[in-house]
Amino acid sequence: MTSEEAPGPRDIAVVAFAQTDHRRTTAESSEVEMLMPVLHEVLARTGLKTSDIGFTCSGSSDYLAGRAFSFTLALDGVGAWPPISESHVEMDGAWALYEAWTKLLTGDADTALVYAYGKCSPGSVRDVLTRQLDPYYLAPLWPDAIALAALQAQALMDAGHTDEPALAAVGARSRTAATANPHAQLKGDVPQGDYVVRPLRTGDCPPVGDGAAAVILAAGERARQLCPRPAWIRGVDHRIEAHALGVRDLTDSPSARLAAENAGAFERPVDTAELHAPFTAQEVILRRALRLDDSVCVNPSGGALAANPVMAAGLIRIGEAAARIHRGASDRALAHATSGPCLQQNLVAVLEGEPR
Amino acid sequence: MPDVLSAPLVVEFPFTRSLGPVQSAFLTGLRERVVLGVRTTDDRTLVPPVEYDPVTAEEIRDLVEVTPTGTVTTWAWNHAPRRGQPLTTPFAWVLVRLDGADTALLHALDAPGPDAVRTGMRVRVRWAEERTGAITDIACFEPYDGEAGEPGATGKSVPAGGHSGVFGDPITGIVAPARLDYTYSPGRAQSAYIEALSARRTVGERCPSCRKVYVPPRGACPTCGVATAEQVEVGPRGTVTTFCIVNIKAKNLDIEVPYVYAHIALDGADLALHARIGGIPYDQVRMGLRVAPVWTEGARYPDHYRPTGEPDAAYETYKELL
Repeated sequence: MTSEEAPGPRDIAVVAFAQTDHRRTTAESSEVEMLMPVLHEVLARTGLKTSDIGFTCSGSSDYLAGRAFSFTLALDGVGAWPPISESHVEMDGAWALYEAWTKLLTGDADTALVYAYGKCSPGSVRDVLTRQLDPYYLAPLWPDAIALAALQAQALMDAGHTDEPALAAVGARSRTAATANPHAQLKGDVPQGDYVVRPLRTGDCPPVGDGAAAVILAAGERARQLCPRPAWIRGVDHRIEAHALGVRDLTDSPSARLAAENAGAFERPVDTAELHAPFTAQEVILRRALRLDDSVCVNPSGGALAANPVMAAGLIRIGEAAARIHRGASDRALAHATSGPCLQQNLVAVLEGEPR
Repeated sequence: MPDVLSAPLVVEFPFTRSLGPVQSAFLTGLRERVVLGVRTTDDRTLVPPVEYDPVTAEEIRDLVEVTPTGTVTTWAWNHAPRRGQPLTTPFAWVLVRLDGADTALLHALDAPGPDAVRTGMRVRVRWAEERTGAITDIACFEPYDGEAGEPGATGKSVPAGGHSGVFGDPITGIVAPARLDYTYSPGRAQSAYIEALSARRTVGERCPSCRKVYVPPRGACPTCGVATAEQVEVGPRGTVTTFCIVNIKAKNLDIEVPYVYAHIALDGADLALHARIGGIPYDQVRMGLRVAPVWTEGARYPDHYRPTGEPDAAYETYKELL
């Protein structure tokens, strides 16, 4: 037995966040042309150069724009020479952040650049997303993303947890909040519209658009040097439910609840929650699963209902929550990201600012 | 700045997938108008059946037949069916818990309108006329008045004990075709490059930091991570930096083998592009060979490069571009 204590886990913080203006189309830009200004902006906020970054991790999907190996071309925007330590996930950038956080915890690096981008405009994203489904029983039926979300919304209504006016109110609140977000795509007074797939109307669905986001993580003293008020990551956890919708209770999100518990979200109240709920009914489910009452400011950015660049929208939730801590508008925030059909996978991060 | 180009892009891929024993029995069963579930160790019956228990991850193999009738657990009205979906007329997406099952199956319900659909309604399988062993062997569900346990859509009751799950000629795999349609836009830098090429000019872009000229340009210097913008015309002549001899004929490509495919550093460029070399026997191509583009009528890019007849370039002049 040694009397020396093992070193505790390192404190790691989000020290900078940047995002594009999210727009219906960015046909004038390739993916790297869209992404690069955001990389430059996030680096400029910390004064770091690419060569100062210990680890780089990104999230994106080639299926969105139909461009094979687009993530390798996107690396052009980083300046990856001399060779950098780098990784990529074919998931939302929130999972790239999870990998980077883990990397920093090991002590292998002190800083990390995390970025994500999504160009939904070249294809039909609701159809593209059918390709992530079980190829034997689901994908051959081409059930699009809105159809699956509509099945979940109807189940929620049948269970008495919501109704159409309540869902419309979620959309309206999100787009009103988004008027204060210069990057949001859909904001202000947006008509609820007709059914897309009943019971979901246009207003219950996210806008289709393109965008990118980037975050810088730093450990310990390095974080304090780079940011006046770092957003310390107190915990991150990712939990998954069965893929088959018919096996799950679609009105609940036990995986989000468990991820939140493991991330420490229930230890003390949060003042802010950025939820990755592309469809209005999913916010209702997440609020219950994450035990968020009316005292919590939910999606002050407008959330994914105001801008949904797929593969970046989850990372943006973490970035928005962190940015609120940076500017002193929040002391303890929950950030959530989802992946897969009907909230199949959920990631929760808890961020804190030091007492002012 | 030229207009940004765009073009239709279709990505099609037939995935060939093998089946596990449970999936094979289920899909073969559909071909024979039999619906099978799988029983878990805690006595739940999963339909559609899976190879592993979604809760415990145990391997599960205990197949049981269920009736082709069931109850809608949730639904969504799809007034505008999309390509590939089960019906071409408006329908309801439904999760259906078949009688005898504890979980629900996703499919389409053929109903006259949303007012005819509700959670809890009774439905039965409508079989496809031609069945191959696929989830689409269920054409869709249709409303059904009967109670559980009555004769199903096949006109037969489930026999005591049900089907064993053993079939003649079981299917062992499926081919799942997929097609996605895109509008491809190459972005600013590549649009400018393609526009210039159509006038038989090769235009790269220079990095403002390291001054390298990239051809074709991708809009960013991969070394410095900054935008390239200054346009620089290069070539038309260049130097073969390295090459390979292609001996296998590519599908849909009308080029006789063997032929040479080469990296070519155009004069003024700091990155080699690649193209076919023609006008010289394949076994006489060499590093340092000086070449020029050969255009064909109406083409938007050079058909190939041919020798210029100049003396070979010295190795020192292109060694950094290898």
